[in-house]
Amino acid sequence: MTLFFNALIAGIATGSIYSLIAIGLVLIYKSSRVINFAQGSMVMVGAFLAYAFVVQMHLPILLSLSLALLVSAVIGVLIERLALRYLTAVPLISILMVTLGISIIMEGGVLAIWGSSNFTFPSLFPAFSVSVAGIQISSAYLWSFGLSMIFLCLFHLFFKHSDLGLAMRAAADNQKVSIALGISPRRVLALTWAISAAIATVGGILLASISSLHISLGTIGLTVFPVVILGGLDSIAGAVVGGLVVGVIEQLSGVYIAPLVGGAFQQVAAFVFLLIVLLVKPYGLFGTEEIERL
Amino acid sequence: MIPRFLPQGQRLWVFMGCLFFLAFPFSLSMYTQYVLFLVNMTAIGVIGAVGLNILTGYTGMISMGQAAFMGVGAYTVAILGTQASALPVAFNLLAAGFISMIVGIVAGMPSLRLKGFYLAMATLAAQFLLEYLFKNWEGLTKGVAGISVAPPIIFGVHMNDDRLFYFIAVPLAVIAVIATKNLFRTNVGRSFIAIRDRDIAAGLMGINVLKYRLLSFAISSFFAGLAGGLWCYYMTIINPEAFQLATSIDYIAMIIIGGMGTILGSVYGAIFVTLLPEVIQRTMELLQPFLQTDYTFAAFKQIVFGFFIVLFLIYEPRGLAEIIPRMGRRVQLWVTARHPK
Repeated sequence: MTLFFNALIAGIATGSIYSLIAIGLVLIYKSSRVINFAQGSMVMVGAFLAYAFVVQMHLPILLSLSLALLVSAVIGVLIERLALRYLTAVPLISILMVTLGISIIMEGGVLAIWGSSNFTFPSLFPAFSVSVAGIQISSAYLWSFGLSMIFLCLFHLFFKHSDLGLAMRAAADNQKVSIALGISPRRVLALTWAISAAIATVGGILLASISSLHISLGTIGLTVFPVVILGGLDSIAGAVVGGLVVGVIEQLSGVYIAPLVGGAFQQVAAFVFLLIVLLVKPYGLFGTEEIERL
Repeated sequence: MIPRFLPQGQRLWVFMGCLFFLAFPFSLSMYTQYVLFLVNMTAIGVIGAVGLNILTGYTGMISMGQAAFMGVGAYTVAILGTQASALPVAFNLLAAGFISMIVGIVAGMPSLRLKGFYLAMATLAAQFLLEYLFKNWEGLTKGVAGISVAPPIIFGVHMNDDRLFYFIAVPLAVIAVIATKNLFRTNVGRSFIAIRDRDIAAGLMGINVLKYRLLSFAISSFFAGLAGGLWCYYMTIINPEAFQLATSIDYIAMIIIGGMGTILGSVYGAIFVTLLPEVIQRTMELLQPFLQTDYTFAAFKQIVFGFFIVLFLIYEPRGLAEIIPRMGRRVQLWVTARHPK
């Protein structure tokens, strides 16, 4: 039973990070119908940026985290400004390939600068340990869960109450009307990409502190796709629920299924689950069903 | 000697093509092995890319699992070649195609309900699942260690040489291209195009959308399996490394850079994507004395490749199949302007 609860806790912690990363994807999809396959690479690049500032340049932790967020936000804006702005009303495969191309460029950049070795990510947050009913909970998990929840709440407040957040929601809902009301779609898009890249960085830093820092973090970032499909591509609440479910499924299958079938089954568990979800409920738990007319 | 069924005007060209095909491997004095290696790899790439183009370019379904389907073909050949070495090569290659076809149909099952992004995600899941099986089904695939196979024997000749393999790979690639070209003259091929352009309308016109979607998956993965089988025979050792998501992305890049929904595009794209890393490597070797850097080749190759994908999609979304004829027309125009008749 301890095994089960440990897996459950690890699942909730990683799952909350997935939720955070998935929100970035949902934001971009809602505001521009772009499915960003570079989100996984943004996660990886963000973690490497933080590593560079903290370990390689020996900057104070708070300063380096803000710098990492800032730089990744700039990268996000540049991706939108330099590539995706030119691709409106193009077939899905173009969007998919452009973002995959960007992700290949970013991976190449990381490979050129940092190589493909494994880095130990510094522990950015003070360590402590909590035990609940005899089960030790590592502080990295608590920090991940706590920070993810704080960010999720901040997003909720931002979109519900701030002018900018309302403007973004308006632009996502109906672009023409929002232009008529004086909202600049360009600024909204730039802001969306900046926020999305910055939360990917937060997710990357948290993921790297739980495990370690390696270029394959980009592939782990692809787990956002099972998450957003379970939750529905255009639902922020769905992304949160989906992230937690996928995180727990991964950890539990690592404990209970992987010993039976061998290998690192937890790495594909999310995708097996994705296939099942697609066959049962293609538009996810909270997504909007697309209705097509001829 | 020249087939009768060809129209008068084309016979000469076909004859010249055959002559060139036969003479080419013997006409190279320098770097024979290297050039033939690239030609063979391109031929294998052409078969895979034509297959993907049938599915994505002509039927409008994005597959992110082409590399995994190739892997199924490659493992089929490897397992048949080591377990039952008496079987003829042609049988093994066909078996590679058919097994991969069955896997492709199963992976295409979600297209019963899904399309677009959701179907792409289903094929991505299939890619990861097959990768996992290649790595962990040790009894069958020998895991990460991989399987080594003997080079193919055809009519008692060991095809263990680049030049000999050329005579298998290139004809098969040509057959694949011609077969695909003819496929789009039949009602099957036209149904694919109708489904791509508007699946609901195609259904209303009496096309069984479901059946043709699965058929498209079947044909596409048959080609992938064939390409994978050839790849296995050529490399004589396979392991899961070769059939990862990155290779699937390479294949999508081929049909994008070459031109979606054009057969020549698959050929151009396969040539481009196969040769690009080589060109980059040669250039880097030439520039090495001036650069004085320790940029790794792999990183630089990735960056350039990524930029090509992005630039093609922004500036030339129709790919090389559109660029090359346009260049041809420009040259023609330039020549006629200089030398009026």
